[in-house]
Amino acid sequence: MNGAIQNRDAFLNNIAGRLGRKPVVSGVARPDYKHKPQYDVLPNANQEELLEVLRQQSLSVHVDFFETDAKTLPGKLNEVVELYGGGPVSLWNDKRFGEFGLTPLIEEGWPEMGIETHVWDPEIGEKNIALCEKANVGITFSDITLAESGTVVLFSSKERGRSVSLLPKTYIAIVPKSTIVPRMTQAALKIREKIKNGETVPSCINFITGPSNSADIEMNLIVGVHGPVKAAYIVVNDQ
Amino acid sequence: MGLSISDEKFKGRVEEGINDDFMRGAVRSAQERLQTNRLAAANELGNWEEWRSLGEEIRQHVLNNLDYYLYQLSENVSKRGGHVFFAQTAEEASRYIKEVVQKKNAKKVIKSKSMVTEEIGMNEALMEAGSTVVESDLGEYILQVAGDHPSHIVAPALHKNKDQIRDVFRDRLGYTGTEKPEELAAFARKVLREEFLSAEIGITGCNFAIAESGSVGLVTNEGNADMVTTLPKTQIAVMGMERLVPTYEEFEVLVSLLTRSAVGQRLTSYITTVTGPKEAGEVDGPEEFHLVIVDNGRSDILGTEFQQVLQCIRCAACINVCPVYRNIGGHSYGSIYPGPIGAVLSPLLGGYDKYKELPYASSLCGACTEACPVKIPLHELLIKHRQVIAEKEKRSPVAERLLMKAFGVGASKPGLYGAGAKMASKVVRPFLKDDLIHKGPGPMKPWTDVRDFPAPNKEPFRDWFEKREKDRGQKK
Repeated sequence: MNGAIQNRDAFLNNIAGRLGRKPVVSGVARPDYKHKPQYDVLPNANQEELLEVLRQQSLSVHVDFFETDAKTLPGKLNEVVELYGGGPVSLWNDKRFGEFGLTPLIEEGWPEMGIETHVWDPEIGEKNIALCEKANVGITFSDITLAESGTVVLFSSKERGRSVSLLPKTYIAIVPKSTIVPRMTQAALKIREKIKNGETVPSCINFITGPSNSADIEMNLIVGVHGPVKAAYIVVNDQ
Repeated sequence: MGLSISDEKFKGRVEEGINDDFMRGAVRSAQERLQTNRLAAANELGNWEEWRSLGEEIRQHVLNNLDYYLYQLSENVSKRGGHVFFAQTAEEASRYIKEVVQKKNAKKVIKSKSMVTEEIGMNEALMEAGSTVVESDLGEYILQVAGDHPSHIVAPALHKNKDQIRDVFRDRLGYTGTEKPEELAAFARKVLREEFLSAEIGITGCNFAIAESGSVGLVTNEGNADMVTTLPKTQIAVMGMERLVPTYEEFEVLVSLLTRSAVGQRLTSYITTVTGPKEAGEVDGPEEFHLVIVDNGRSDILGTEFQQVLQCIRCAACINVCPVYRNIGGHSYGSIYPGPIGAVLSPLLGGYDKYKELPYASSLCGACTEACPVKIPLHELLIKHRQVIAEKEKRSPVAERLLMKAFGVGASKPGLYGAGAKMASKVVRPFLKDDLIHKGPGPMKPWTDVRDFPAPNKEPFRDWFEKREKDRGQKK
């Protein structure tokens, strides 16, 4: 159902009046901007080069950075979870966990090791949030990965709660190498592509660059404020 | 609190500022660090001037078509089930927000940092209505617990040292730890986590709304805006009416300019766009979403010679390079918007009666204009203010009237600017010794008491800048 819009006409008429013309509600085209510097960043980099930029930048934003291939991913993921102190673990309900061969670890391996595992389930409602709040590690895939800034981009949905990357004490992003693009420019284009195709924009899109931090006390960098205190990216060679 | 943070006169505020040694030291080192980081982040791109030009193009296109983009934004928010309220005044905005809070019978509101909610005095309105309002940005939280005001738009608690913060936490919250920043932050994390989980309403500002998708974009390092938009059942986003972009493509450009200019980061840790309430089947995110679009004096600036100030993206780069801010600190401006941007914006939003001194709190060195990522000609706008004050309002002392006439005539006609600047150096001459201004006229006096400013250069800023740009261009 559409939401209410209040006081719009008077408000916009006033603006148009100030601009010295009648209100315009259609027919404005985006300009062909004279300057396009955003396309000059890593313009011809191949996937290997982008990976290297991502690695360097991730380290400078306090991300623990790992690389692995598809075969060794379950072992590497388990290793990083242990490095962060084990469970409880919260995960998205994302078919990519299956595609990357992680189902046995999640459904059998961890439970056998006594690691509590919570896969996001809309059926249990708010209990998901409570479980994420208690979790030591949250794990998601990256939908788009930005080399320049060391950023993972997450699209929310009913199977992919916002809380998984936010509430646990530590956060692990699994980054398929094929998701790496030069910078935020390419992510913006992909999102616009969805809009043009009539798809719904996710209710929440996160661009996450390392663990939460603050410099609000005497300009000292403190890593780990409201969100995770540690973050890791595990890049998987999927090509 | 509204725009104003003090009833004290300008002179008294400045004196308080220049006598606060810790504050002045903290401001100096923060400015240096932020400035160094900003320059490194800008320079690594290798074509920063092009980025600035694009930023300017985007902002000007939006301002010139503001009614169209606000229409599009409101349609798209509504299509996603969000409610949109257009507020002409601060009072209308606060009243609407208060009504939403009361309808929900909410006892606790959690906020992420937002200048516009300060500007409209929202916290006070909600507290009057019986709700607790909790700030969640670490700096804002410290100030709230201490009962203090922000002194910088990006680093609000810059003027507080860690011992003061420890004492405030101990006295007001029963904190028993040390003054180590990590420990103080860990304590705040724990206290605020409970607040996030128990608040019924989350209120955010809006760095940039995206018209095409009906989204609100939020930029933080702490992740607090994500908490605010993930946990409470009702979300209210409050935006200054000019803070929007056509599409995600412009959003990403302005975010890149903002994070590099504000803190020297390629991107901050958390950049998030939220679009409407959560969708059917989603568990976290708000059930109800409101967008409040605030005018509060902005439309009076549109179509005037000051319109470019609305290009501002609130990065504080101008504040971080300003020699006057460095010496008098943020509180001296008496406005939630300090520094050069505050000196231009506060008189426009709050009137000359209250803020007539601010346009004089500048050495017109032009560092602000050069730092601005969206090319607002800040020092020229300050000169325009002085011209208005001197010529129309007849409020300034004689010396300033003379000085500013010289500047003003030229500034309104770019071709004459050079002549005006050259005349200015003659008008200032009575105050000169060894080419430094030791005693500024009138309101300049308190800060020239603590710092000597270089006299207007024989080679005016604009000439110098053009020459430098030319040199740069040749090097490319």
